[in-house]
Amino acid sequence: MAGGTAAGLGVVVMYLSLIVLIPLAAVVWRSMDDGPGYFWRSITAPDAWAALSLTIGASALVALLNLVMGTIIAWVLVRDRFPGRAVLETIIDLPFALPTIVAGLVLLALYGPQSPLGVNLAYSRVGVVLALMFVTLPFVVRTVQPVLLELDKEMEQAAASLGAGPFQTFRRIILPNLLPAMLSGTALAFTRAIAEFGSTVLISGNLPFKTQVAAVNIFSQIEGDNTTGAAAISTVLLVVALVALVTLDLLQRWGKRRG
Amino acid sequence: MAIEVRDVNKSFGATPVLRDVSLDVAAGSLTALLGPSGGGKSTLLRVIAGLEQPDTGTVRISGVDATRLAPQRRGVGFVFQHYAAFKHLTVFRNVAFGLEVRKRPKDEIRKRVMELLELVHLEKLADRYPSQLSGGQRQRMALARALAVEPQVLLLDEPFGALDAQVRKELRTWLRRLHDEVHVTTVFVTHDQEEAIEVADTIVLLAGGEVVQSGSPGEVYDNPANPFVMRFLGPVTELDGNLVRPHDVEISQDPVEGGSSALVSRVVKLGFEVRVEVEVGGHEAWVQVTREQADRLDLKPGDTVHLRPVPGARSLVLAV
Amino acid sequence: MAKHVLRLIAVAYVMFLLVLPVGLIIWQTFGDGLGPFFESLTSPSALHAFKVTLTVAGLAVVANTIFGVGVAILLVRHEFPGKRLLGAFVDLPMAVSPVVVGLALILVYGRFSPVGGLLESWGIQVIFSTPGMVIATVFVAMPLVARSIIPVLEELGDEQEQAAHTLGASRLQTFLRITLPGIRWALGYGLVLCLARSLGEYGAVAVVSGRLVDQTQTLTLLVEERFQNYDQQGAFAAATTLALIAVVTLLLTKLLRPKDRSDGN
Repeated sequence: MAGGTAAGLGVVVMYLSLIVLIPLAAVVWRSMDDGPGYFWRSITAPDAWAALSLTIGASALVALLNLVMGTIIAWVLVRDRFPGRAVLETIIDLPFALPTIVAGLVLLALYGPQSPLGVNLAYSRVGVVLALMFVTLPFVVRTVQPVLLELDKEMEQAAASLGAGPFQTFRRIILPNLLPAMLSGTALAFTRAIAEFGSTVLISGNLPFKTQVAAVNIFSQIEGDNTTGAAAISTVLLVVALVALVTLDLLQRWGKRRG
Repeated sequence: MAIEVRDVNKSFGATPVLRDVSLDVAAGSLTALLGPSGGGKSTLLRVIAGLEQPDTGTVRISGVDATRLAPQRRGVGFVFQHYAAFKHLTVFRNVAFGLEVRKRPKDEIRKRVMELLELVHLEKLADRYPSQLSGGQRQRMALARALAVEPQVLLLDEPFGALDAQVRKELRTWLRRLHDEVHVTTVFVTHDQEEAIEVADTIVLLAGGEVVQSGSPGEVYDNPANPFVMRFLGPVTELDGNLVRPHDVEISQDPVEGGSSALVSRVVKLGFEVRVEVEVGGHEAWVQVTREQADRLDLKPGDTVHLRPVPGARSLVLAV
Repeated sequence: MAKHVLRLIAVAYVMFLLVLPVGLIIWQTFGDGLGPFFESLTSPSALHAFKVTLTVAGLAVVANTIFGVGVAILLVRHEFPGKRLLGAFVDLPMAVSPVVVGLALILVYGRFSPVGGLLESWGIQVIFSTPGMVIATVFVAMPLVARSIIPVLEELGDEQEQAAHTLGASRLQTFLRITLPGIRWALGYGLVLCLARSLGEYGAVAVVSGRLVDQTQTLTLLVEERFQNYDQQGAFAAATTLALIAVVTLLLTKLLRPKDRSDGN
């Protein structure tokens, strides 16, 4: 290792440690502060357990929804031409740019008690799912889209000339080639959904046992000065995210191996 | 006739790509669609395959009007220039694809695919993925895949275009032999006149979206319809307002009847053949002679020589 | 036929999930004209929130830009053991819940922790104050600059830099004259993303700021606080401002983005 590399690496690792690594380690450390028994009691406390179940269940549901809808939207963006397509293309990224609290507020305006559509999803689990759908929309679209763009159109023409109909071509040629990207995007959407806080705050009403997600539960425990309990639930979220990311990495290697 | 194309027109936007193209391909023949790039030959092949729709005109395959038929109903095998290999499937499954979508029994598929893989010498690579094959191997896999469905006609778009020179030459000979074995009506697109002459039994020359000439390689080479065809099919030089092949010019030190005198400007020895560059009547021209002739005449820059077309040489009068 | 069904599904989904909700807020904000909008935004609390937001986001962007460029060059141009791990650490903040970020920082830099106590004795308050909010913002926006630059640095290759060295340019000269011009669009793209993320951060800042009105309140915190206090006009005005910033961000990233996604062909 050259001297310059070592110095640069030292600075980077120090910076990362002070801001990211040591604080995260402190969370895991604190979660075990009062022993594994307390850790277990913290995460199985009825309100915490309900929040964790809701978070993971709603996130899985939203990830699946994204798998289907994200792929359809990516397909339309790449293969369809219609007036307004460029606008659609641009606004797909809006959830990445829009602050989450604003996302929650706009959803509440259209789907809340004063809904002009007469649809009131406030303080319901459907509202939570809606908020998660909003913030995770771009993930599958943006991972599938480049793969679809690169997909060799001649493969599909070859399949057609060999006698495959449109549905057979989709199932046997297009889908297998898109699958790694579709699943990567789904894993990213899932990771994002389990961590979500801001967009659910306003629309969920934070009702324990009903609409409170894990991040909100952690928040209320911090406010109640129970940092050890908050740290325990945080640790569970970190572990779930880690598992999702490792899965994602394996998926990407799988995609590369076959490419 | 295996393929009959009648009065096909096709434009992309405002640009016409095919103009009133008519074409007959005899059953069992091996036909080359030859021409410069942008001449419309690939588009014509895609129209025959049903991958493009003609604006007007008809396409009949084996006597059936196929003009509005989807590609999967035409009984054509198409080999793409860049192979269009199914990246996520093994060589075996690539070749089996057409049979699988036709829901043929498993053991029949297996037998047929292995036969074909042997035919294209890929039987040992059946379990590989396309990314693990060389260009030439992918090309042969694509060919086996197209042949698997027993097409009435086999269409190849620049089949050797993406390969390096050595592999290209090997595959040419191989394609010719394969055709002698399989006898399926085959049309291939190429911009390489040598490839067309060597492989095909019929050449169709397309330029500017029109059929300029068609016939056997010998006919087309010896009786070019116009200077363009003559230039396209081989080297030419200009002598007294005539277009002639440089190897059809006689060179001598003494004046000859009907000859014209020329000044040697450069002598380039390219192995067996020698290229003599001359100035004749204010033009630059060149003559191809054998090494033995060149030695005998002892040609040097600055010499004056006399040139005339050999008796029986094909030449075209250039319009001035 | 199938084509039109898919198009309809995609457009309807985006319409009902994104366009109508955001459009409705903007419409309701300006429903009573521009007057109430500006009135809400120029209240002392709102003006203070603007100031806090710009300070925190500005500092965070500077820190993340320097770190992002440095770590990108390190990851692309240098070889060292543990490179993959470092890359994973840089991406780690993306997977952490903003609330967990806040908790993590409180545990290390809070008044009752050894480090926080030490800093406090030197007169530096981190949590419930600007430094903590900056650190929290830096944390959540950490990978954005680096990830925007890395692919461009990889594609650029190091031949030009080596050529500059052989021509006598120092490391700094090479960076300023060769590397920086090569990555400027990607850097701009990363900067815009990072700024948008920093301006819009809510969860991590909500935890570490203590949400003190007129002290540590940012624009996103203002939205929530106004809404909870039944000041819908105030909440909508601040939300619309943030939404408009987001739209400008989108258009800017569209301009700066490498041309990979711009066209369907």
